[in-house]
Amino acid sequence: MSLLETQGVTKAFGGIQALNSCSISVEQGSITGLIGPNGSGKTTLFNVMTGYERVDGGQIRFEGRAITNASPDKVFRLGMGRTFQLTRVFPRLTVLENMHVAAQRNDLKGLFSRWSSTHEQRRALELLDFVGLTKHKNLPAGNLSYGQKKLLEFAFVLIAEPRVILLDEPAGGVNPTMINYLTSRIRALNERGVTFLIVEHNMEFVMGLCSRIMVMHRGTKIAEGTPVEVRANPAVLEAYLGD
Amino acid sequence: MKILKMVGVLALLACAIIFPQVFTDPTVTTIGVFTLIFAAVATGWNILGGYSGYISLGHIAYFGIGAYAMAIFCLHWNIPGGYEPFSLVPLAAVIAAVVSIPLGWIALRVRRHTFIVITIAMFFIMQLLAYNLIWLTNGSTGLGLPLPVSWGGYFYNYPFYYAALILLVIATLVSWWIRNSKFGLGLLAIRDDEDRALGLGVKTGASKLAAFVIAAFFAGAAGAIYAYFVESIYPATIFDPNFDVAVVLMVFLGGLGTLPGPILGALILEPLQQYLNLQYGEAGYNLIILGGIFLLVMLLLPRGILPTLQDMWTKYRSMREQESPLQAEGGIVITALPGVGRSTAGRAESAPTAIAPNQNEPGEGINV
Repeated sequence: MSLLETQGVTKAFGGIQALNSCSISVEQGSITGLIGPNGSGKTTLFNVMTGYERVDGGQIRFEGRAITNASPDKVFRLGMGRTFQLTRVFPRLTVLENMHVAAQRNDLKGLFSRWSSTHEQRRALELLDFVGLTKHKNLPAGNLSYGQKKLLEFAFVLIAEPRVILLDEPAGGVNPTMINYLTSRIRALNERGVTFLIVEHNMEFVMGLCSRIMVMHRGTKIAEGTPVEVRANPAVLEAYLGD
Repeated sequence: MKILKMVGVLALLACAIIFPQVFTDPTVTTIGVFTLIFAAVATGWNILGGYSGYISLGHIAYFGIGAYAMAIFCLHWNIPGGYEPFSLVPLAAVIAAVVSIPLGWIALRVRRHTFIVITIAMFFIMQLLAYNLIWLTNGSTGLGLPLPVSWGGYFYNYPFYYAALILLVIATLVSWWIRNSKFGLGLLAIRDDEDRALGLGVKTGASKLAAFVIAAFFAGAAGAIYAYFVESIYPATIFDPNFDVAVVLMVFLGGLGTLPGPILGALILEPLQQYLNLQYGEAGYNLIILGGIFLLVMLLLPRGILPTLQDMWTKYRSMREQESPLQAEGGIVITALPGVGRSTAGRAESAPTAIAPNQNEPGEGINV
């Protein structure tokens, strides 16, 4: 079943056509990779799917429900979390406070009671443990190293228990040990039923982790398949090496 | 530690209660009343400016609305001087809060510098309205408030002093409660990265507006007490841009976004301002001296008193920790991976994973 799909999504910034009738479909329970040369529209696609940019045309569906142009908070509450290419944590909040921001409460009473409720606190500590940041829990998040910030962003997205997570270059600028660690975390979550869509330039990482790979070029999907199929596809080589 | 804090707070409160009984000189208690009034405005303002990071330079507009609401109600209902006008303070505050809803909704559509400019513009619009809605405000002739004729001598300031103290206590409690609530955490997240907060399900629009209105509510209540205390109000003396600047500086001086910061700032700044006014006001040196003090503060304590002290304390503690040899640390070594649960079937996680040493980048977290 397709969990997340776009149909003919179009987005232009001035004269630049960032997305050109782009249609993709992410299978439930998969780890899908999204690759393509710089400027091919991967991040823009993420932005329109998560509500950060409005589309000029086309449809976006999540679990069969239309979420085209929904606001980012709504998309997140529906169960779609994301991380950013340039990691975005809350630098002046502590690591633990960062975790609690994403813990959802919908009733007014919940909003005006303490943010550190027992249940949420346990969950936050569990997740910090999961990404190995427990010992830094009282540090301002701005003091973490780059890789640790990536892990924190990953962890606080998890607290809302999203069914699909969009990772934008999770391995970019992170040392190899950390990449292995992240791979293991993604696999562990995937076994528990979380779907992943990952934009990444590190081919080793993508090819090793993803069961399916989609290739984008000039704002549209040009190829899709298993890592082996994609690697053998001449259109992909052409996109990367130039026509 | 918690008990110690509680005792400290109660002791401070006791000092504030006893203060006018010890220093009975009306000159001193008058400064006390002004200080408490502005401490309450600053504490309310900090919920917006400090927590959510939206620096409003126009919240004295709501102070003025509260003041005018108070005066108009007293005139309209023929309220005599005495304790009764104090019962109108909540009503005046609600009026200010209600007016702030549409204005806040408009102003909060923009961010940072633009937001500041819009709030200043709204402040001057309010001032102009006070000048020109003559049927309501009596224009530049101003409005008078009832005189509490039965109060005399040093007693005169007491009711105002305690009314302002109660307001400050309420503002502080609300600020403390918000700081510890989910709503407050959302505001802090907005301060750090608004779009990111929105993407994590924080209802940023409603949260910002709520903070804006709460700040306006306390400004309005303070304005009402102020109006009754000074007895006659004019557009120029109530919608005074100097008040706006003073309130914001109090918060910055004490510590933006901290709970006691605004009170500390008001305690230092307001008496100083009053003193300089009395001593050097005639020659006009007071503002020059005040300006000089601000320059010094900007140079020496750009983040405010409390955060600077906190930093020094943290530095001192970490220096002491570094002296003990046991604290040398490499990286985090994760041997077991609890919390992963069910999946342990020969995945990469079975091998111990080491994470590189933590490279702290000092100062990175400070982006005021």
